Amino acid sequence: MTVRATINARAHPRPTPLHPLSRRIMHWINAAAIIVMIGSGWRIYNYYPALPIHWGFPYPYTLGGDFTITEALNNDDGLANALLWHFAGMWVLTLNFLAYVTIGIGSGHFRRDFLPVSPRAFVRDLWAALHFRLEHRLGEYNAVQRALYWGALGAILVTILSGLSIWKPVQLQQLTWLFGGYEIARVVHFCGMAAIVGFLVVHLSLTALVPKTLVAMIAGRASERRHAPAGERR
Amino acid sequence: MTGFMRDDPRLVGGVERRVFLRQTLSLGALTLLTGCDISDQGGVQRVLRAMSAWNDRAQSLLFGGQRLAPTYREQDVVRDFRYNAFFPAAASPKLSAAEYRLELSGLIADKRAWSVAELHALPRETQITRHVCVEGWSMIGKWGGPRLGDFLRRVGADLSAKYVGFECADGYYGSIDMPTALHPQTVMAVTFADQTLPTAYGYPFKIRIPTKLGFKNPKWVRLIYVTNRYPGGFWEDRGYNWFSGS
Repeated sequence: MTVRATINARAHPRPTPLHPLSRRIMHWINAAAIIVMIGSGWRIYNYYPALPIHWGFPYPYTLGGDFTITEALNNDDGLANALLWHFAGMWVLTLNFLAYVTIGIGSGHFRRDFLPVSPRAFVRDLWAALHFRLEHRLGEYNAVQRALYWGALGAILVTILSGLSIWKPVQLQQLTWLFGGYEIARVVHFCGMAAIVGFLVVHLSLTALVPKTLVAMIAGRASERRHAPAGERR
Repeated sequence: MTGFMRDDPRLVGGVERRVFLRQTLSLGALTLLTGCDISDQGGVQRVLRAMSAWNDRAQSLLFGGQRLAPTYREQDVVRDFRYNAFFPAAASPKLSAAEYRLELSGLIADKRAWSVAELHALPRETQITRHVCVEGWSMIGKWGGPRLGDFLRRVGADLSAKYVGFECADGYYGSIDMPTALHPQTVMAVTFADQTLPTAYGYPFKIRIPTKLGFKNPKWVRLIYVTNRYPGGFWEDRGYNWFSGS
């Protein structure tokens, strides 16, 4: 960094880019795909629940169109629409996920920002967070966040794989076998969804707590002044 | 790392708890927007149907003509197999062996009609496989009957044609791709659990395809035809995916 640039940076504090454009695009594609998959998946679940409990997802929170409109248009009560959404969304979710993981590993984003995550740091940060004492620094993830992101990545991976195994229990029968057979794979798929929803609740709550993270994920930078010493991080 | 502008931890508690409440309330309001479901808008329907056609192609690429569906043991067979149709079991078509004839049409050389006795005289293939419904439920059953592929060869069907279509006595209709029709486990099931196929399950026969979802297994079949023109199907015409492979 030249002296002149340093002076300029001090005179006009430039917001630091936190998320490159590719990551922001992939984040929002993923967000849309996840909403489509959850909404349509909830409706599909309602037609024959995988869990042995007499309960379904409230109809207005499922995706697949209004009962009466769909009946009039397609002569179907809305399962067809939910399936169409689900099997369209799966391509978007899966391809976007693969791109994100590839770029995340290739660019060093995972290694730099999600590692290391030690159990000790996790417990320490979780304790602080639960007491509202954990500070939030843009662009740097605490141990709880890191663990959560790994958990979310794992949950999406398991949900995609178990989903493939119940979509194709013949063509991908080895995968179905790995999940303990068709019926158990359905339950695994449900649990993967539940984990993703759990992550979403925490993720959205934290975004509500620190709204500038939302700005950063849209604009790439937030109006937080940083003085990163030359040579450190970016 | 110094110099960050930090949220003062002492302030975070009270203020952010309130912010938290307010913001989660607005997030809750946002989720109510799901009431504005766009599923049935023309453009959305076109995109969804186009994706379904894309899925037909993807599934036919994934389909292995000789890859067998997993088979199960005798003790896995569900005895009280679920009756499933869009009308009650009592309303199932009651076809009599004396009057029934299986009609053939389309790209088939020998279109002579078949009686129940003639169908029963053909060599049978027995399978214990899992029937998977598009709704998600599944049941293991035991079906037996001539292979559809053998039957199509016997009657001189054009095996290079794209589709095999079915019309049923209850008004149901459907169609499958030729590679699935020729799959060794695709049978014209005349028995269920070693008994003559009961009326409720499709007497005199149903097309049993363990490599496809349940609704692709038509019952009470009275016409088989071979064609290159997309025939659709009862549920497919209501928006369900046509290939619907397992």
